[in-house]
Amino acid sequence: MNFLEVESLSKVFGGVHAVEDLSFDFQAGAVHSIIGPNGAGKTTLLNLLTGIYSPSAGRIRFEGQDLTGLAPHEFARRGIARTFQNLQLFFNMSALENVMVGRHLHERCGLASALLRFPRLSREELACREEAAELMRYVGLARYLGTAADAMPYGALKRLEIARALATRPRLLLLDEPAAGLNPTEALELDQLIGRLTGRGVTVVLVEHNMHLVMGVSDHILVLDYGRKLAEGPAAAVREDPRVIEAYLGSAAAARNLGAAGAAPRAGIGP
Amino acid sequence: MAARFATPRAGGMAALAALIALLPLGLRNDYFYDVAILVGLNAIVCVGLNLLVGYAGQISLGHAGFFGIGAYGSAILATRYGWPPLAAMLAATLAAAAIAFAVGRPILRLRGHYLAMATLALGVIVYMVISTEDRFTGGPDGMTVAPLAIGGWALRDPRLWYWVVGALLLAAVWFALNLIDSPTGRALRALHGSEVAAEVVGVDATRHKVMVFVVSAVYASIAGSLNAHFSGFITPAKVTFLHSIELVTMVVFGGMASTFGAVVGAAALTTLPQVLTPLKDYEMMVLGAVMMGTMIFMPRGVVPSLQALLTRRRDAAAAAAAPAPRPGDGQ
Repeated sequence: MNFLEVESLSKVFGGVHAVEDLSFDFQAGAVHSIIGPNGAGKTTLLNLLTGIYSPSAGRIRFEGQDLTGLAPHEFARRGIARTFQNLQLFFNMSALENVMVGRHLHERCGLASALLRFPRLSREELACREEAAELMRYVGLARYLGTAADAMPYGALKRLEIARALATRPRLLLLDEPAAGLNPTEALELDQLIGRLTGRGVTVVLVEHNMHLVMGVSDHILVLDYGRKLAEGPAAAVREDPRVIEAYLGSAAAARNLGAAGAAPRAGIGP
Repeated sequence: MAARFATPRAGGMAALAALIALLPLGLRNDYFYDVAILVGLNAIVCVGLNLLVGYAGQISLGHAGFFGIGAYGSAILATRYGWPPLAAMLAATLAAAAIAFAVGRPILRLRGHYLAMATLALGVIVYMVISTEDRFTGGPDGMTVAPLAIGGWALRDPRLWYWVVGALLLAAVWFALNLIDSPTGRALRALHGSEVAAEVVGVDATRHKVMVFVVSAVYASIAGSLNAHFSGFITPAKVTFLHSIELVTMVVFGGMASTFGAVVGAAALTTLPQVLTPLKDYEMMVLGAVMMGTMIFMPRGVVPSLQALLTRRRDAAAAAAAPAPRPGDGQ
């Protein structure tokens, strides 16, 4: 049984095949990256893997359970969390409350106990608050504990999304372009954070354009192009793959680069 | 400092309780009591409606319908069928909750203007039923309603009604504050902030929207029942689309996502027309101007705008008092 199994997955929008007949397996405990040119179907794939889209065809199995066609909150319940390329935060709440919402699945709170504020609820709220604060410290947001989400800088918001996703206690975490818009220092810190995540028992799937980050942290890379699988394998092998270079730079550049020894780094997809 | 602001709930509740306790000192006759009771009943509806509109971000232009179900349900069962008024109220409330649940599931999948249209239609249907089923409801002429009797004792004195409504308003506010500050309330606010993000952290969007829709319908229904028993007479005017709009306007005027804002909005927009009566023909113009001015200068509503102003003042004072601001480290 594989950790995550995707089998002949397709998503069609009108006449556009955003993802087409895609199959792959991801193993637990590793960092997997999904790369590909713009429009390759990376974000569509993440939306399929979190139930935001339901597939036109194919199956998604996670830890042996078939999740195909379930609602997003069911994917979350099974242990899959994600962040968004364009921030999807609750700007009507404080940073800490954003993370506390991530604990939603782990709180037993009926309507009656919420309306009447039973003592047990107050105790659970304290524990929830403490755990959320701990996660904010873990991702390096200790100084924003009392801040409203809409008063935080962009780089901090990116990490707030990671803290909120971790609050669901996921076994699989999908990060959609976490480094986009970050400065080099912030990107380096993110690199270290992703490294620590696997130590927590979280399997990471990274969709990212920052090749330095991808090559540095990935155990396994899946390359998409026009919604299909172009290549997959360990970082070093993918980097040398002529089809990958061609997809990124066009065939002429690929031919040129293949002619030169050690071409891959100069081709723009090396570290 | 954190401790001081950790309990705006307790502070707000205490202030509201004190206001309710002291207000009778300024109420000179039964007419003043009538207005105060009307304020309280509208405030109960608005506190519930604000949970739906202000916190969960779902519009309803049909809440006068739930008010009407409560009012007429209570009136028909108590007056035509001789039920004890409290039992009639309970039955009407359950009916409103059941209707909200049954209708909520399909229509709360809609968003924005479409949800507005669907809730508007719901309100119109309730109005049509009430104004045409005149065998039960008296039609457009309305019907008399039995007073709220408990055992053999009937509650008629507006001064007693004032305390009953005041206590219920406090309870309504307390329940709303509790709900908002619970995991369920956070889930509702999260739906408003980003529905997709709420769903991917495990919030069942439909279930939570339906739940808050039912809660807000129950608030409106109870206020409707009380209104019917208090005034002793009910007409379909309270069930019109216009009344639905008035309720939403109160919530927006006082401040969305603010429970005390809903109370302030209900108080302001219920008393203003009474205060402006001496202006006769110009009454509606002045009322309109006051509302436009408020929304231009306090776009988030009265209470949140004043809160923001106070917070800015406090921060400015704190910055002036501190020796030097902490440098931002770009984290």
